[in-house]
Amino acid sequence: MIAKRTFDAVIIGGGGAGLRAALQMAKADLKVAVLSKVFPTRSHTVSAQGGITAALGNVSEDDWRWHMYDTVKGSDYLGDQDAIEFMCRNAPSAVYELEHMGLPFSRLDNGKIYQRPFGGQSQNFGGEQAVRTCAAADRTGHALLHTLYQRNIAARTQFFEEFFALDLVRDAEGYVLGIVALEIETGLPCLFESRVTLLATGGAGRIFRHSTNAHINSGDGLGMALRAGLPLEDMEFWQFHPTGIPEIGSLITEGVRGEGGYLLNKDGERFMPRYAPKALDLASRDVVSRAIAQEMLAGRGCGPHGDFVYLKIDHIGADKIKTRLPGIRELAMQFAGVDPCVAPIPVTPTAHYMMGGIPTNLHGQVVVPERYGPEEAAPGLYAVGECACVSVHGANRLGGNSLLDLVVFGRAAGNHAIEYLRENPIPRLLPADSADVALSRLARWDRSQGGERVAPLRAEMQRILQAHCGVYRREDLLRTGIEKLGQVEARLTEAAIEDRSRVFNTARLEALELENLLLVAHATLVSALARTESRGAHSREDYPQRDDDRWLRHTLYLREDDQLDYKPVRLKPLTMATLQPKERTY
Amino acid sequence: MRFSIYRYDPESGAAPCMRDYELAFEPQGKKVLDALIAIKEQVDESLAFRRSCREGVCGSDGLNINGVNRLACTADLANLKEPIEIRPLPRLAVIRDLIVDMSQFFRHYRAVKPFLVNLDPEPESERLQSPRERAELDGLYECILCGCCTTACPSFWWNPERFLGPTALLQAYRFIADSRDQTTNERLDFLEDPYRLFRCHGIMNCVEVCPKGLNPMAAIGKIKSLLVKRVL
Ligand SMILES: Cc1cc2nc3c(=O)[nH]c(=O)nc-3n(C[C@H](O)[C@H](O)[C@H](O)COP(=O)(O)OP(=O)(O)OC[C@H]3O[C@@H](n4cnc5c(N)ncnc54)[C@H](O)[C@@H]3O)c2cc1C
Ligand code: SF4
Ligand code: SF4
Ligand code: FES
Repeated sequence: MIAKRTFDAVIIGGGGAGLRAALQMAKADLKVAVLSKVFPTRSHTVSAQGGITAALGNVSEDDWRWHMYDTVKGSDYLGDQDAIEFMCRNAPSAVYELEHMGLPFSRLDNGKIYQRPFGGQSQNFGGEQAVRTCAAADRTGHALLHTLYQRNIAARTQFFEEFFALDLVRDAEGYVLGIVALEIETGLPCLFESRVTLLATGGAGRIFRHSTNAHINSGDGLGMALRAGLPLEDMEFWQFHPTGIPEIGSLITEGVRGEGGYLLNKDGERFMPRYAPKALDLASRDVVSRAIAQEMLAGRGCGPHGDFVYLKIDHIGADKIKTRLPGIRELAMQFAGVDPCVAPIPVTPTAHYMMGGIPTNLHGQVVVPERYGPEEAAPGLYAVGECACVSVHGANRLGGNSLLDLVVFGRAAGNHAIEYLRENPIPRLLPADSADVALSRLARWDRSQGGERVAPLRAEMQRILQAHCGVYRREDLLRTGIEKLGQVEARLTEAAIEDRSRVFNTARLEALELENLLLVAHATLVSALARTESRGAHSREDYPQRDDDRWLRHTLYLREDDQLDYKPVRLKPLTMATLQPKERTY
Repeated sequence: MRFSIYRYDPESGAAPCMRDYELAFEPQGKKVLDALIAIKEQVDESLAFRRSCREGVCGSDGLNINGVNRLACTADLANLKEPIEIRPLPRLAVIRDLIVDMSQFFRHYRAVKPFLVNLDPEPESERLQSPRERAELDGLYECILCGCCTTACPSFWWNPERFLGPTALLQAYRFIADSRDQTTNERLDFLEDPYRLFRCHGIMNCVEVCPKGLNPMAAIGKIKSLLVKRVL
């Protein structure tokens, strides 16, 4: 028997998404528990730099419909237009709400929230550059995460810090009834019973060798969903951010280009005009990353190996850099050994953001193709944030739209869960074998002996994904990638940990995380191999064109037999006219 | 490279000790966190430490490195004398190896009510704040709650339960300084206490160690002068 705790709702994840949802439910006087494997303010949201997007119009004239247009176009038409309308319409109120909560936004002279231009933003449906990203210097994620944590302190949300969620509890009829978790400090498993379970476990960028993501981004929620028999949507779409610090991976925000920075190749040429004559360095991220990759392929990369380009910003002046981009200056000096006030920063495309994830509708309910049709809610289960796929980002996310996604859908999911709890007041019976999957995973590692270590397997997986599923993809590369990954998967079943202590056993956590990473990596490769077109961040050398006739649809990956299923893109917005797929130029 | 690292596993029954490690490692451009990860991966997987962002923004890996509290992920290996001595943050109970119990630290943080209080009806758009008013928050809001300052503060060592420590006091001032907050008086009432605030004797350790270059002592000074002004 393991310990059991009971709540109305359990939220897994103390990043922006989890905390926004928690706040909504805590304010409705529900018993909410937030579990996080790290203290909440250590969550990856803290690293977000540039800002959160909303058509406030504080700097340039703006309209949420223009934001919607840009987001649909940025998604290469794979985003669901109902969800995108919902997000862009609700963006201003969601940002004002954050301001009311106390978020220390930077300010304009008239006292309003400061906004800066970001890539892919336009006025008037594709016209002049818009200025739409609301910022707290270049520490917007830090400011947002701390503010939401502070509001949850005020709302007396119950936190379970340093609890590691292992697996969902799901009954025979598909109801999700809670989760099994591990208390990291004591090493003891425990069951959280709840009528609502919300996954907000963030991204999985650590499947790649070069990633902007924190060490903790291991896709645990995605692994949990797959093990519970749920699908993952659009896993072939990974955003490579154009400007990561080479080798280290730390991000240099798009805000640097928003403040006037631009890219240079080894000849000192500003090359973006050749790729995006209008938007230049502020074209969409997939476009800029491909341009850099092309420059490097053509031998115009910088450094002895030609594997990076330069981002120049010193021309805007040291004062502006110090007030608008203080965190970037600190990062560049610490990790690239460069002061951007005097010299350009070396940058290279780096794995950054997972557009795919656990499929949900715009209430955050997890939707699965099941008994009655293509989209049925898995009762009791919600997902929000980077681990979810609503899908507002489609094939390519626009900068500043993720933080927005967290708060808009965090709030929406909270509201919907409150209704769901009202309509389902009586907990269902927990099946007798509720904890079995989770406990057998633990037992497998506790029994392990004398096998290979976990760390080299993780490194091998990261090398495979980097080499076989990067900015450009190709059938033969993807196929051999799947084969090689299969070997790693087989080796993992024989791997062992030697650390036998129950107390804060981080070796065991890393083993459990690697199980999840491998599932995500596998789903990524299989989904990418099947999609024989190029769209957004998924660029196939062998299929360079977008193919709307065959591929204007979402991928659904299921773990059992690597099944792939597809569902249509929701082209009909809530109230607006459909934005018809067009050729995408910047 | 040579390291000497504090090890403790409560389940082993053995007393805490310093253990030596040798690692073939090129220190140029690498941080202490890189070395800890390499030791864990290549030498001893049981070494336990916290980490997340690896870029100095999440506050997970405050450690005592060659006698100074700092973040492992921003501490340059090349500038450190060998053997590099790595210990947990001082004076907190050790859970295991480099992992300390931060619950007292976070109780103090929560005690200062670290959230904005403004009871006016919420306007339809943002509350206005001039750039000058907003600038008052610079040097305060950026705190990453790493604990380096509080665990370097002698006043906290002597009175860990009653003196709030520089981290919590910096955050107390962050809300006092916010033009949008309406509870300055209540906040000052709470802080006007021989222990909570006044145990700070301006020893400056907090300022010297903060990895984000913040100045808790100055914030404490400003709270003190507000208290004095209030009496006058
Ligand atoms: C460097 C960087 C900069 C960025 N800048 C921007 C930006 O300027 N604007 C923008 O819009 N977006 C930005 N993004 C993207 C955005 O920050 C992320 O997509 C977003 O913060 C993810 O938030 P989240 O709440 O979904 O997840 P996270 O913040 O990653 O939180 C995940 C939470 O889940 C918990 N968790 C995970 N697994 C488990 C488990 N097994 N058990 C218990 N808890 C678990 C973690 O502890 C954590 O609390 C940036 C991303 C990066 C990498
Ligand atoms: S200045 Fe005050 S708070 Fe800072 S270390 Fe000294 S006694 Fe502690
Ligand atoms: S003030 Fe500085 S040292 Fe203290 S907790 Fe905050 S960031 Fe860390
Ligand atoms: S790992 Fe985040 S501050 Fe060092």
